[in-house]
Amino acid sequence: MTSTSRKAYGVKGAPYAFLFPASILFLLFFALPIGYAVWLSFRKVKVSGLGLGSGARKEVWAGLENYTDALTDNELVAGALRVLGYGCIVVPVMLGLALLFALMLDSEKVRLAPVTRLAIFLPYAIPGVVAALLWGFLYLPDVSPFYFVLEKLGLPQPDLLDGGPLYLALSNIAVWGGTGFNMIVIYTSLQAIPTEVYEAARLDGATPLQIALRIKIPMVAPSLVLTFFFSIIATLQVFNEPTTLKPLTNSVSTTWSPLMKVYQDAFGKGDIYAAAAQATIIALATLLLSFGFLRAANRRNKQEAPR
Amino acid sequence: MSSLAVGNADTAADAAPGTDRSRPPLRRRIALIPTVTLLLGALYCLLPVAWVVIAATKSGSELFSTFTFLPGTGFADNFADLSAYRDGVYWQWMGNSALYAGLGALLSTVVSAFSGYALAIYRFRGREAMFNVLLAGVLMPPVILAIPQYLLLAKADLTDSYLSVLLPQILSPYGVYLSRIYAAAAVPADVVEAGRMDGASEWRIFTRVALPMMVPGMVTVFLFQFVAIWNNFLLPYIMLSDDERFPITLGLYTLLEQGANTPALYTLVITGAFLAVLPLVALFLVIQRFWSLDLLSGAVKS
Repeated sequence: MTSTSRKAYGVKGAPYAFLFPASILFLLFFALPIGYAVWLSFRKVKVSGLGLGSGARKEVWAGLENYTDALTDNELVAGALRVLGYGCIVVPVMLGLALLFALMLDSEKVRLAPVTRLAIFLPYAIPGVVAALLWGFLYLPDVSPFYFVLEKLGLPQPDLLDGGPLYLALSNIAVWGGTGFNMIVIYTSLQAIPTEVYEAARLDGATPLQIALRIKIPMVAPSLVLTFFFSIIATLQVFNEPTTLKPLTNSVSTTWSPLMKVYQDAFGKGDIYAAAAQATIIALATLLLSFGFLRAANRRNKQEAPR
Repeated sequence: MSSLAVGNADTAADAAPGTDRSRPPLRRRIALIPTVTLLLGALYCLLPVAWVVIAATKSGSELFSTFTFLPGTGFADNFADLSAYRDGVYWQWMGNSALYAGLGALLSTVVSAFSGYALAIYRFRGREAMFNVLLAGVLMPPVILAIPQYLLLAKADLTDSYLSVLLPQILSPYGVYLSRIYAAAAVPADVVEAGRMDGASEWRIFTRVALPMMVPGMVTVFLFQFVAIWNNFLLPYIMLSDDERFPITLGLYTLLEQGANTPALYTLVITGAFLAVLPLVALFLVIQRFWSLDLLSGAVKS
């Protein structure tokens, strides 16, 4: 073998060799489980006789039965609506605050920016379970400083872990945990805008507010789209926070969010077939929503490009 | 750095007018609205952390009787009680988390570096398809993956083991994505070509030339993965039943679950939460200045 042919062979095979570990892991821990889940979603257990003996429980083809069951399941629909309500609070508030803080950090003559930036980013380092646990205690009348203050002022003390306030309580945990990260993403792209752009606007007599609204926000639109996208996905998958709050209140059911319902059906009831069908529906909804959103965002960008 | 200049910012500006970008002299004072807004934001973000620091110092009776932001006298006792709880299982959880996050993030970074480099440097059949399929993994809700992962690992008799938590977290689509962007930005094609001219093997070019250039980006990937695995709750929640192998998130959750019925355990949960936050906050403070945030904006722009 000549040295050139060996080299050419090496170059040709190299990318596949480098991608080998990732491919194996992908097949074993992503592709295979997804395929298995889809397969299970079309199966069910048929019990013959009294369900006793080794041959009495048999796995059979179920067709779309699990899917029709899932789509007509009130508990799942109610969970989806709860998460929708929760998302309508979390996403705008979290991204609004992230954008506000990023703009404030980027403004001139601001003091204590490095310290406050670090403080606002800090919750990113705290596990969702621990965050929910900390806030959970802050919501508990017996130990909460809020109730202490309300009591001293003689004001009514609402139950933060029930009814409408529960949505706010859960949303607050997500907003607290996610604002800093999104702020950093937006702030970093604000920093990438050349300062000459502002100089020109300032010479034209633009106020800081006008610069923020007319120049800064449009220029960081791509990172806003990205943070919006990831926030929606994270919202659809909410699981840890309500699960952690569950021991502290009776108002969070085991099926509060769709993913909790999937978990409950799979491991609580042991009906992995129903759980697989619900999981597949949630995955499809996530993919549809994501691609729809990305397409809409792309179309807007293309329309704006000629300007 | 610039925070140190807060006290004498005016003199600093006077001393070096060239570095001060066109600031009208009349408006040299601090921008009040941005500063106050940021301070309020910082206060909001620090509130639960401050609360847990103080609450961890309270004895069981002080927790329910004294004002929440008044320090107590029970930290040493709480610490001892927590350490003694079920023969120190708490420290076992911390050790497990360190193992899962440390080893998991290390392996994950290696796999991401390999993949990111290959996807950034080589032109080959199926490159984009492979990248897109990997990225779709980001969108998969964790529960959807974790349940069949559990069922498959159960068939391999691997559930309730260290491997059942470690293995599924090695491949991170987000890590591969970041590594590709970083490799494309940090490793010039000319350098790879020059290595080939010199007759170096592809492996040698990667380890000796490209990898050193990729190190700063890989540190970021490692840190992202470390935090992600340390914070993961769902996968161990599904995979593990023996609490000897629990990570700290799951351990604290089970402690809280038991504590809901016996308020005496509240102080343990609170002290445990406080100590669990410490290593990550310390890590975060040390490394935040090394984080290459440009990488994030790079990811945003592409």
